[in-house]
This record gives sequence, structure tokens and C-alpha cells, in this order.
Amino acid sequence: MPETVDASGLSCPQPVIMTLNKIKEVDKGEIEVFVDTDTSKENVSRAAQSQGWDVAEITKSGTGYRMLIKKE
Amino acid sequence: MNREVSIGHMKSFFGTRWGIISVGAVIGVLAPVLQKLGNPGNMGVCVACFQRDIAGALGLHRAGVVQYLRPEIIGFVLGSLIAAYCFREFRPRAGSAPIVRFVLGAFAMIGALVFLGCPWRAMLRLSAGDGNAIVGLIGLIVGIWLGTRFLKAGYDLGRSNKTYASVGWLMPLIMLGLLALLFVFPQAKGEARSGVLFYSTKGPGAMHAPVAVSLIAAIAIGFLAQRSRFCTMGAIRDLVLFRIPHLFYGVLALAVFAFVMNLILGQFHPGFAKQPVAHTMHAWNFAGMVLAGLAFCLAGGCPGRQLFLAGEGDGDAAVFFLGMIVGAAFAHNFALASSPKGIGAHGVAAVIIGLLVCSFVGLTMRRKA
Repeated sequence: MPETVDASGLSCPQPVIMTLNKIKEVDKGEIEVFVDTDTSKENVSRAAQSQGWDVAEITKSGTGYRMLIKKE
Repeated sequence: MNREVSIGHMKSFFGTRWGIISVGAVIGVLAPVLQKLGNPGNMGVCVACFQRDIAGALGLHRAGVVQYLRPEIIGFVLGSLIAAYCFREFRPRAGSAPIVRFVLGAFAMIGALVFLGCPWRAMLRLSAGDGNAIVGLIGLIVGIWLGTRFLKAGYDLGRSNKTYASVGWLMPLIMLGLLALLFVFPQAKGEARSGVLFYSTKGPGAMHAPVAVSLIAAIAIGFLAQRSRFCTMGAIRDLVLFRIPHLFYGVLALAVFAFVMNLILGQFHPGFAKQPVAHTMHAWNFAGMVLAGLAFCLAGGCPGRQLFLAGEGDGDAAVFFLGMIVGAAFAHNFALASSPKGIGAHGVAAVIIGLLVCSFVGLTMRRKA
């Protein structure tokens, strides 16, 4: 089961802060991140990649997105 | 299918480094050109100044030299709205601490008017040789840095909720209403009043590019900025907080292209004294922008970004805009705003109160770990 970050409804930069905090906490593995806007989706992708994580999957979830980021 | 593919390509281009650089470059080129065509000195597109002028045009303050219903502000929102619809990103949302955003907007405006410009104008002033802008930009960086300390300590405005499309449409409708007023009551030559609108007959409010040019340029900027998420505050915040330089490239491009354009157009005049719509009281240029930077950071966007967010349906960003309009009214009615002669009679008190209010917000609105 991946760790979850629920950043839905939160605006910039909260989704990135929450994702980076979770990345620090788990170090590697899978994290699913829920965001509302395309901006948050792009910002979280950029931040995750800057930490050496891959964006494995992005799917629609409600009115926003569920992102799955991974690090082996 | 083809349309999907081309939309995908455009989406990905504006998310790239070259995408954000090209948007900064477009703003950097258009701003000095608008100035050449009539906009005030080093104020090609200053979001704070132009919102202050709108507050004046509506009679919310009566500073005679800064009254004009600037089409640029209208264009920014409408351009963003068009982009959001074209790319299916119009998302009506609201309810994330609106009163806090209103107050932050008001103090952001007051801070910006002590310096005499928003972050966009700080870059434009710098690119035209105004040395006072350096002090203001240092203040801006310090203010944003302070904001990042609050963010690190858990500061959070809380979640917004998806809402009715009409909520997202209210801000664009307000803008269309203002545009209608501008067309119904255009300025009569040398007259300070036309119907319900106030106009300046001298000073920066009397200086403006042709309405159609301003509007079209601003719609283009609004469109591109919505796509690229251009944000001057975010540029510095992301660099300080995450070491991510993406947005910063856009701001850098704005400054570099504006500098080149100012050289070409003969608008580059290096120095500190007698710069257009600027004063040389360094401590207050600095402190005004500390306040503005902190308020922008706590509110999650520079004044331009707030307009683009409002255009894509963010009702909370619209409330921030309304706060800025009211802040502008207070700034001139209470002698908080500076002028080329120096700071206003109560500018110092306003900056101190603003910093205290922002600190109160930053310290008390903390997410529980």
C-alpha cells in the first residue's frame, strides 16, 4: 500500500510542501498524492523529480488527480 | 484526436523551462512597448499601480493623479479565463480563508504603494535603470523569505471547495462590467469626470496607451501567464523553499527582455534620483516591499498571479484582488501611499501595522502536525 498525501483543495505551495515532507519521511517506495488543479499536478511532479522520484502514474480522481510517485 | 495531441504539446511546452522563459520574455517586451505607447514611466504593466488607478477611477479614493480604469487588469483576468476554458482548466473553487486573503490583499497593496510598485514593476523599474528598485527587490526577497519561515512552521490557509461555475464567473463578470463602464463613459479631453468614472487630467493616471492596445496585450499576457503559471512571488519562494528555479527563469527573462527593450526604446536611465513615479527613501522602499512580499507569500501568489487564478475560477484569489482594491483606497485616503516626494504621512505606521497583522496570520494559522 502506498503512503497517501491528500492535498486536494489546497493551493500552491501546500501540495509540494506536503509531498516533500512525505518523501523525507519515507525515503523510498510509493506515494499517492491527491491534488485538484493542473498547476498542483505540475508542481508536485517537478518537486518529486527534483528529489529523484519518478511520476509513475497520473489518473483522474473526482474533479482532480491522483498521482503515484515512486522511488526504488 | 489531433486537437488532443496539439493541446498536450502546448500544455507540455508551457510547463518547460523554455515555456516560462518565453512568457517572461513576452511580458518583458510588451511592458516597455505599452509605456512607449503612453503608459506611465517604468509602469508598463504594474498590477498594483493599475489596480490603484482602478480604485481611483471608481472614486474609492480621490487622489486626482491616479484615476484611470486600466484595461490591463481587465485583460489579465479575461485572458486567463479564455486560456482556462481552451485547456479545460476552469475550476470554480472558493472557501479557503477568504477574510484572511482580503486582509492580506489590502496590506500587500499598502506595502506595494509605500515602495510604489508590485514585484512586476520592481523588475521593470530595475530594467529601466532605477536603482531604488534594487532596495525594493531586496525587501521583496526578505518578505518572501519571512513568509517561507511561516510555511515551514506549518502555515496553511486551509482547503478550498469545488463550487458552482457562477462563483468562478463572478470575477470575470466584474471585469466585463468595468470594461462596459470604460466604453460607456470614455474620458472627454481634459475632463476629470465622465459619467460615474473619475479620470486624471495630469500625473500617471493621465498617461495611458490606447485602450484597444492595452486590452489586447493584457489578454495575451493573461492567456500565456495562465498556461505557464507565471508568478514573481512564487519564483523567489520556490527558490528559497525548494531550490526549484523553474518560475525564476520567467522573472529573469522578464527583466532581461525589458532591459533590452528599454535600451532600444531609449527608456533606460540609470540612477536613483528623479526616477519616474519613485522616491529615494531607501529604508521605506525596503520595508514596504518586505510587507508586500510577506503578504503575497502568505496569500500564495503575486498580484498578477492572483488575477490569473481568479480568471480560472479561484474565488479566493478574487477576494485577494478586492482586498487590494480596498487597500489602495485606504492607502490614498489615509495618506499611507508614497509619492515621488517620499512616503505618506502615515506610511510608516501602516507598514508596521501590516507586518504585525501578517505575522499574526502567519503564526496563528498553523496546520496541526
